[in-house]
Amino acid sequence: MEWQFFLEVLVGGLLAGVMYSLVALGFVLIYKASGVFNFAQGAMVLFAALSFVSIQDMGVPFWLALLLTLVLMVLLGVGIERVVLRPLVNQPPITLFMATIGLSFFLEGLAQMVWGTNVHGLELGIADEPFDVGGVFISKFDLFAAAVCGTLVATLALFFSKTKLGRALRAVADDHQAAMSVGIPLKHIWAIVWGVAGFVALVAGLLWGSRLGVQFALTLVVLKALPVLILGGFTSIPGAIVGGLIIGAGEKLAEVYLGPFLSGGIENWFPYMLALLFLLVRPEGLFGEKHIERV
Amino acid sequence: MFYRESGQFKSSYAADSAIFTIAQDRVFIAALLALSFVAVPGLASDYLLSGILIPFLILSLAALGLNILTGYAGQLSLGSAAFMAVGAFATYNFMVRLPGMPLLLALLLGGLCAALVGVAFGLPSLRIKGFYLAVATLAAQFFIEWVFTKFGWFSNYSSSGVISAPAMQIFGYPIDTPASKYLLTLSIVAFMALAAKNMARASIGRAWMAVRDMDVAAEVIGIPMLRTKLLAFAISSFYCGVAGALYAFVLLGTVDAQAFDLHRSFQILFMIIIGGVGSILGSFLGAAFIVLLPICLNLIGQVFHGAISTQFLANLEMMLFGGLIIFFLIVEPHGLARLWQITKEKLRVWPFPH
Repeated sequence: MEWQFFLEVLVGGLLAGVMYSLVALGFVLIYKASGVFNFAQGAMVLFAALSFVSIQDMGVPFWLALLLTLVLMVLLGVGIERVVLRPLVNQPPITLFMATIGLSFFLEGLAQMVWGTNVHGLELGIADEPFDVGGVFISKFDLFAAAVCGTLVATLALFFSKTKLGRALRAVADDHQAAMSVGIPLKHIWAIVWGVAGFVALVAGLLWGSRLGVQFALTLVVLKALPVLILGGFTSIPGAIVGGLIIGAGEKLAEVYLGPFLSGGIENWFPYMLALLFLLVRPEGLFGEKHIERV
Repeated sequence: MFYRESGQFKSSYAADSAIFTIAQDRVFIAALLALSFVAVPGLASDYLLSGILIPFLILSLAALGLNILTGYAGQLSLGSAAFMAVGAFATYNFMVRLPGMPLLLALLLGGLCAALVGVAFGLPSLRIKGFYLAVATLAAQFFIEWVFTKFGWFSNYSSSGVISAPAMQIFGYPIDTPASKYLLTLSIVAFMALAAKNMARASIGRAWMAVRDMDVAAEVIGIPMLRTKLLAFAISSFYCGVAGALYAFVLLGTVDAQAFDLHRSFQILFMIIIGGVGSILGSFLGAAFIVLLPICLNLIGQVFHGAISTQFLANLEMMLFGGLIIFFLIVEPHGLARLWQITKEKLRVWPFPH
């Protein structure tokens, strides 16, 4: 039975990791296209989930609420690009990063001021009950989250590689100036990227919100996604996925097998240590682009 | 034409390398010091001392520490509160476990412990930088908080990991009134600010700035990367450690590891952004701003007398902080310190435009 328990922990961890990847994905999208490390992604997740729940509480049906929130998130993303980032063009990346920290405070305050600070429940209609796969219990909800995440990644991958817009996005990510010189409208592209990031935040917000309840703690999800990012590299979508899986599995395994020796509660820092140790060996991350100089 | 420096000639090397080369600045600083050392402890109310001035001074010290690391050496850190915690808990342990340990020595040793921990967590900076380093310093934040919460040894097995300040005295004088606490804090902060100013002007400060501006170029001209970066981490953490010890003992009295959470780290980061990154003066201005803003907001809330809920105010405060950060970064990336400089320049030429 020992290996079965191990397998259960492992699978549980991997599926939890998918949830981390979902948040990390939002970071990667923005970083790839604009070189901004968007610390406010967690606040956007909160904002999305809170808006959705509040709109639904007004008696709006599920799909309409989803649509309204999506519109809201896209508007928010475009607004952020217009108000915060455009004036900061050509500033050092660290300045942009600090601006997004400010942004995350602003959004957290705004979301709670507009929608209130009550904890809302969020029901997606998927029961969080375990079911049996060859003696290993897997949560249905986790599987659903993994499926959503997989669909999202597949869609984004197709979008990035097959559509004209996707190619434009990749061009911008490669070289702003070169992209502009061949006539790609940089400002529109950035607005689109932030809109897409808002969409990813909405998906993550719904999944995490139905897991934890829609409340302020959702912003802390961002702290879970950061080790995933340094592990997977800021520029790689597969990196975000694989990084999330490693962090999720590592965290759960460490909690179960290492936790008792360290009197528990290690899930806060263990992912960071894991990512840090990994970076010391391989500074470019799992799938990070080699030419990014990090030393 | 409020002041002019014409007629003041530097006729010696000592005069040329003085911190304040203009007589008016020297007079201003001397007056400020005299005011804060002599007049304030006698005249200020206890609330002003322990509610505003002591927190302001202690947070300025922490901001100074972060400014050395982030502003001068260019290594973004999100773990300053963790190093404050190390300083606080180490000082506590030195005082409790070694009875008769003088307070100042305990503070010094606590700061040194923080410096050691800072060096340990600064090691990744040799391999990674920028965002990756910022995230790596978060590891320090979470790990250290966890250690102090989980292991009772650090808090002398007190219930729920709370440490309480033992009776403090310096050379036989008890430090128990707000005025004496204020004077102790002020002396330490003034001394360490002077040291920071001098470090920033000396070769080590120049080395930090070279590393900040372009590390490859700095290495090429022969600046030892390992030593410079780790020294920045050590000195920064020392400052944060002393600030943390003062925060725990002088300001709060009893404290647990949660007082030094991520939120505190962000608060200190905001201080240096608003005050001015890479400026000693900026650390003080930023700390003053961050300490005063919530107090002012509360006063405004009282004016409306219950019409505004505290919840609303708390959210408004967050939005204001966030908005101000963005505003400062866009409009004046060099912060309040730069505004002060511009003001001085304007005063010098007034009423003429140039």
